[in-house]
Amino acid sequence: MELLTNQVLAGIATGAIYACMALAVVMIYEAIDHLNFAQGEMAMFSTFIAWQLLEWGVPYWGAFFGSVAISFCGGVAIERTLFRPLATASILVQIAGFIALFSIINSSAGLIWDFSIKSFPSPFGSAPFLGSQLISDHQAGMFFITLILLGLLYFFFRFTRIGLAMRAAATLPDSARLVGINVGWMIALGWGLAAAIGAVAGILIAPVVFLEPNMMAGVLLYGFVGAVLGGLSSPAGAVAGGFMVGILENLAGTYIPVVGNELKLPIALAMIVTVLVFRPTGLFGRPQVQRV
Amino acid sequence: MSTVQESVTQTSSLGTVRETVPQVPATAGGRDLSPVATAAIARQQQKTAQTIARVASLVALALMLMAPMFVRHFVVFQFTQIIIYGIAIMSLNILTGASGQFSLGHSAFFAVGAYTTAILMEHGGMNYILTLPFAGCVCFVFGFLFGLPALRLSGVYLALATFSLAIAMPQFLKLGTFEHFTGGVQGLVVTKPDAPFGLKIDQDVWLYYVTLAVALIMYVLSVNLLNSRTGRAMMAIRDNQIAASSMGVNLALYKTLSFGISAGMTGVAGGLAAIVVAFVAPDGYSITFANALFLGMVIGGVGWLPGSLAGAAFIVLIPNVAESISKGLAGAVFGVFIIAVIFLFPNGARQAAYLAANWIRKLVGSTR
Repeated sequence: MELLTNQVLAGIATGAIYACMALAVVMIYEAIDHLNFAQGEMAMFSTFIAWQLLEWGVPYWGAFFGSVAISFCGGVAIERTLFRPLATASILVQIAGFIALFSIINSSAGLIWDFSIKSFPSPFGSAPFLGSQLISDHQAGMFFITLILLGLLYFFFRFTRIGLAMRAAATLPDSARLVGINVGWMIALGWGLAAAIGAVAGILIAPVVFLEPNMMAGVLLYGFVGAVLGGLSSPAGAVAGGFMVGILENLAGTYIPVVGNELKLPIALAMIVTVLVFRPTGLFGRPQVQRV
Repeated sequence: MSTVQESVTQTSSLGTVRETVPQVPATAGGRDLSPVATAAIARQQQKTAQTIARVASLVALALMLMAPMFVRHFVVFQFTQIIIYGIAIMSLNILTGASGQFSLGHSAFFAVGAYTTAILMEHGGMNYILTLPFAGCVCFVFGFLFGLPALRLSGVYLALATFSLAIAMPQFLKLGTFEHFTGGVQGLVVTKPDAPFGLKIDQDVWLYYVTLAVALIMYVLSVNLLNSRTGRAMMAIRDNQIAASSMGVNLALYKTLSFGISAGMTGVAGGLAAIVVAFVAPDGYSITFANALFLGMVIGGVGWLPGSLAGAAFIVLIPNVAESISKGLAGAVFGVFIIAVIFLFPNGARQAAYLAANWIRKLVGSTR
């Protein structure tokens, strides 16, 4: 029993990372209706910006918010220059665009900051959290920041005019345009928000996985999986999904004999495909109703 | 009406999945023409287009047949690779272009094909050509079985399911339990076959011709498939699922079938790759490779089979070009190339080919 609790706790700790990323994935999905394959690389780039600011002697929270602000502008700029012209192109072409973006960001980060692994400081320290061996202060801090972020987003989308406008633009673009919402800018804003959330996720994750241009490869995958598991249409579901993926992954590694540890990732993925087969829109997603 | 339909089928016999065939304008020189005259003009234009396409494909084939005589060995090897990737991209094209499902996991089927061939050759001592049908069949079954749960998924959810297949595959291949057969992390070295009947040509050149022959067979089979009842059922599903099922198309059967067929073809390509490269290893079939195949399909033009070769050439050659432009920024240059292509030709090589064909037609027309 104690093993189980410990593994669940450890799962929650890693799950916090995935939950952050899943949240960023869902944000952009809400805004543009596609999964952004370059999301992880964007987050990685933002983290490097924060690292650079810290190197220049900016205090931690200054670097944190500075990087978030820069990422927001960067996200808007990417949408305006790259994806706006592709807005009417087919989904396949847009995915090719994401792959291109991925490769550009990854390679530029490698050139600017090279591929050596850098350590990234944590504002919470890495002492064991409340005496527990499995969760450190940083992981607990990450957990709470994720929850705060979720709360803020909920507030933003539920109670502000611009949040409402963004939701309208995402669900029914044509009708939104008719009531005077600037749909194009709402999408750009969605990109900006997603980039900013990605920056937060990257900065929180960096002390755990270390900073290097390929740091997000695994994390993004789990983020996707968490988002899909929870349902792409529900930010809270995505966060829950992220935590679930972390826990599942840990339990599979512990309890399934022989192959458990080697096949941690495939087993977690298999479970998710199973969930999808029974609930095709994720655990908390709205079913899509199609008109004939 | 009959001529429009006729023209559509004629285009598709050249390997185009029936889709947005440009409509022939109903007026010529500003005057309205009688239906008969319009039809005649349409037929004339269609004929020239067809001739151009035929001539172009014959020229391409002749060039491919003669290529090994004029280029260095490494280039022959690269050509072989392009053709192999071309087969894999063509299979993806059948899945996406014809049945409208999409997959980011074709690297997994490619890997299964490659390993089937490698294991049969090294452990079973089988002739390399004979392993290819086996690779195809194993992958067909695998793809068909994978297609079953995929039935319930569509869009991003299907993308994620196939994506996880691509991620999981290298890990499966590394698994200690099968190490005796798969060689684990180290992979498996395959003996490169010599040319038969004591022919005095290089191994690489011989394998180039083998690959070319297999590719041609695959191409003819695919074109026929798309023109058959099965192909029409797939396209009906792509265009409108609900309408297709109310017309009596068995959705479940044809969706899984297209997954199976596509996987089987990719498996044959994988088998060829194992023979040509003479080596299989888990990390060669990562998600990066799946992405590359996907990219090749988009750049070649979704639903246009000859474009697969152009897409394959892009994913094989452009990374090298990018590296020669800048070593440190190779990835970025590659990305810029992709963006340039999708901005200029959102429909890929297909669009470029249409433009070229129109241009040639005008040229031919003006000299007449």
